[in-house]
Amino acid sequence: MSRPVLLRGGRVIDPSQKLDEILDLLLADGCVAAFGKGLQAPDGCEALDVSGLVVAPGLVDLHVHLREPGEEHKETIASGARAAAAGGFTSICAMPNTRPPIDDPAAVGFVRAAGEQAGFAHVYPVGAVSIGLKGEEMTEIGELMAAGAVAISDDGRPVADSGLLSRAMEYASAFDIAYFSHSEDLGLSAGGVMNEGAVSTSLGLRGIPNAAEDTAVARDCIVAELTGGQLHILHVSTRGAVEIVRAAKARGVNVTAEATPHHLSLTDEAVRGYRTEAKMNPPLRSAADVAAVRDALVEGVIDSIATDHAPHHYEDKDREFDYAPFGIVGLETALGVCVRELVVGGHLDLPELIDRLSCRPAKIAGLPAGSLAEGSVADVVVFDPESRWTCQPEEFYSLSRNTPFAGQELVGRVVMTLVSGRTVHDGRGDR
Amino acid sequence: MHSEPNAVVMDERAVRRAVARMAREIVERNAGTQGLILVGIHRRGVELADLIAEEIEKSEEQKIPLGTLDITLYRDDLSVIGPRPVIGASDIPADIEGRAVVIIDDVCYTGRTARAAIDHLADFGRPARIYLCVLVDRGGRELPIQPDFVGRHFEVTPAEDVAVLVPEEDGRLAVELRKTE
Amino acid sequence: MTKTVEFGKDLTGLEGLSVDQISTILDVAEPFKEISERPIKKVPVLRGKTIVNLFYEPSTRTRVSFEFAEKRLSADTVNISGSGSSIVKGESLVDTARNLEAMRIDMVVIRHGSSGAARFLADRIPSNVINAGDGQHEHPTQGLLDMLTIRDHMGGIEGRRVCIVGDILHSRVARSNIYGLTKLGADVAVCGPPTLIPHGIEELGVQVFKRVEEAIEWAEVLNVLRLQLERMKAGYIPSLREYNRFFGISVARLEKAPRDILILHPGPMNRGVEIDSHVADGPHSVILRQVTNGVAIRMAVLYLLAGGSPERAEAAKMENRS
Repeated sequence: MSRPVLLRGGRVIDPSQKLDEILDLLLADGCVAAFGKGLQAPDGCEALDVSGLVVAPGLVDLHVHLREPGEEHKETIASGARAAAAGGFTSICAMPNTRPPIDDPAAVGFVRAAGEQAGFAHVYPVGAVSIGLKGEEMTEIGELMAAGAVAISDDGRPVADSGLLSRAMEYASAFDIAYFSHSEDLGLSAGGVMNEGAVSTSLGLRGIPNAAEDTAVARDCIVAELTGGQLHILHVSTRGAVEIVRAAKARGVNVTAEATPHHLSLTDEAVRGYRTEAKMNPPLRSAADVAAVRDALVEGVIDSIATDHAPHHYEDKDREFDYAPFGIVGLETALGVCVRELVVGGHLDLPELIDRLSCRPAKIAGLPAGSLAEGSVADVVVFDPESRWTCQPEEFYSLSRNTPFAGQELVGRVVMTLVSGRTVHDGRGDR
Repeated sequence: MHSEPNAVVMDERAVRRAVARMAREIVERNAGTQGLILVGIHRRGVELADLIAEEIEKSEEQKIPLGTLDITLYRDDLSVIGPRPVIGASDIPADIEGRAVVIIDDVCYTGRTARAAIDHLADFGRPARIYLCVLVDRGGRELPIQPDFVGRHFEVTPAEDVAVLVPEEDGRLAVELRKTE
Repeated sequence: MTKTVEFGKDLTGLEGLSVDQISTILDVAEPFKEISERPIKKVPVLRGKTIVNLFYEPSTRTRVSFEFAEKRLSADTVNISGSGSSIVKGESLVDTARNLEAMRIDMVVIRHGSSGAARFLADRIPSNVINAGDGQHEHPTQGLLDMLTIRDHMGGIEGRRVCIVGDILHSRVARSNIYGLTKLGADVAVCGPPTLIPHGIEELGVQVFKRVEEAIEWAEVLNVLRLQLERMKAGYIPSLREYNRFFGISVARLEKAPRDILILHPGPMNRGVEIDSHVADGPHSVILRQVTNGVAIRMAVLYLLAGGSPERAEAAKMENRS
């Protein structure tokens, strides 16, 4: 067990306890031992002055792609977890669309074990809904859960067959785990590579209409209502989807939703110049969509923020726009983008932001995270909310560099990340 | 330093005298107007060709075929000076095969314009003889090319420029010496 | 003195060109028309320049038109086309670009099925890159030759009402026409089945006619696009017969127009589908004139881009030497 750590004089923000004040926080035996004013450092304790910094529960990302097994040149579980630590995330959910996919208990066990071995963050596998992500046969959802899966998803693809979807959600409800939905109508999005609108028309690129997401979100909500299963809508990008989630919540459907930092900050204008680092699915939408998604996050219609961290090798991205893969990395820029867009932008205060980046996602997936209450796991992020820094992808811990935020000034820099009381990222030397 | 930046070295009268003399020389050298074609190089050479043709017609009572050449696309310095936004038409009114063509330009300097004009003419046929006629020979040749008919010689340094002014372009007929910088 | 209009290294589209640049290309094309009428159809202006025609998509007329233009300017040309080259062996565009660069070529004319491919190549090699059609993005020289043809026959472009008819969604010709014509002050409309009109097209400054009769009532010029036969299989239109019935340009339809309408078509035509033979071969068709103008436009573009060397600005000071 590591030495106890005393974080002195930081602004402790823990929305789970409605806490926001200057306090000391003592971490021992991997748990939060105490918080209060003027705590005494026990013997052998490492005492750190964190005055001027925010101390918060470690961030929780329900939506990352770690590429292992199968595409270890893009990311490994260890490199992805290291990137998470650098971004202040202490718990991450690894999506099952690896090669082969995480669709059996052994694969789930592999991801968990690799995550534990790396030790940079808690890595929670998400199990596939269908065998091989083919959308045909249901996986052994119970076995997956028993092996450590915290949710089920075919992310990257929707479950197109509504019959299969309803059976999977019904079945999963027995185990109290959520279906994470990549909501996309493949007929409406067929061939599309970016948002459908004036920009796609002027660039001559095939568009993906908002309706591709809206119709799928509507269907998913209706199936959730039918089955009573827990539905979590991944990466909401359209104003239409926001309204559908709002209405479903009002009817009492068991649905939550997330948005990504990029859908909260960028529009399809970022694609101009055929910039493949702005190619992702769902695509960057219009300014009206960005505003609607942001307002929904503020209101609580959208519950949480997740990165959809999707590493790709530069060779895969350095090609014709049509042929480049979808996706961008996000673990190391999420906090900086969110503080800049949402806090500096005047939409959320810091406790509200931490709620969406830590407490709420932990709750959605039922993870032991998102709180600094005494006795909880000592997953902590310490960050400087004022610090401005320039996003330089070559400094990423992730093996991939595909980000549209390169060269941008971001606000809010992670100073330290602790997982189970152990320092896994120490950025105190960084400028 | 020259107190007068643009020194007039030939006034209108002087230019006209030179033009009349060159017109006579051309006819003499060609032993008449038989088979003669005058071709002016865009842009000032075209006006000078008009003046020379007028003189010949006055004295010989013969209409002389008169053409124009734009040598822009025959220059060897595209990558040095870049493309020109205006390219004039090349118009050769008669078959030049076996005839005597007089290329007429305002100034002969490096000889490159004349070289380009000769190349250009070759695309229209094979004349029996090509003559070069210029109002001003300022020296400084970079190619083994010499004019056959010259209005006036000036030894001019590279820092100076000889400007031939013609009514259509410049509103008057004259030759000026200018400092280029 | 005529004012000098600077051109960049590449021509990837008309969207990024200024009014002056477009007008200059059209003006410079005029004298190039005459060269093609001479007995010796050749000038030495690009002698020693090496040009690669890199065609990832099959094309006869555009490639031949470029090749004539290049040869009439005395350039050395090499054609690389989809079949029989490393293109089909899966070499990436990046690697092709690097190879071309290593061979020290001066210009690349590229046709590619992917929007943005010309820009992609242009950003990666020092040679001049001319877009001969990239996916559904732009086909700038086609746009320019259409504009030159309209200018020839209508006496100008400003204020003219031009309607582009057909598959706007998949058409790079439509986009280049829209950008170029609107910049020069034409009124531009598009007309076609709603499945083939892209969303947001109005934001490019054009109006949309859903019925071809309305377009004919309004227009002075119709630019009739080729209907790719694959569109039927992909479900954008139910049948060619139905397309012809509702959107085909026929003599009967044109006779109802309040004026004579100039007819353009970028070719190759599907006679009896988007255009009837009597229209294509009729008195108001300038389709063959477009082909002639195509060579002149491409000569003008090659000429204007070829001069763009870094030493040039410096040496321009010596321009008075004659």
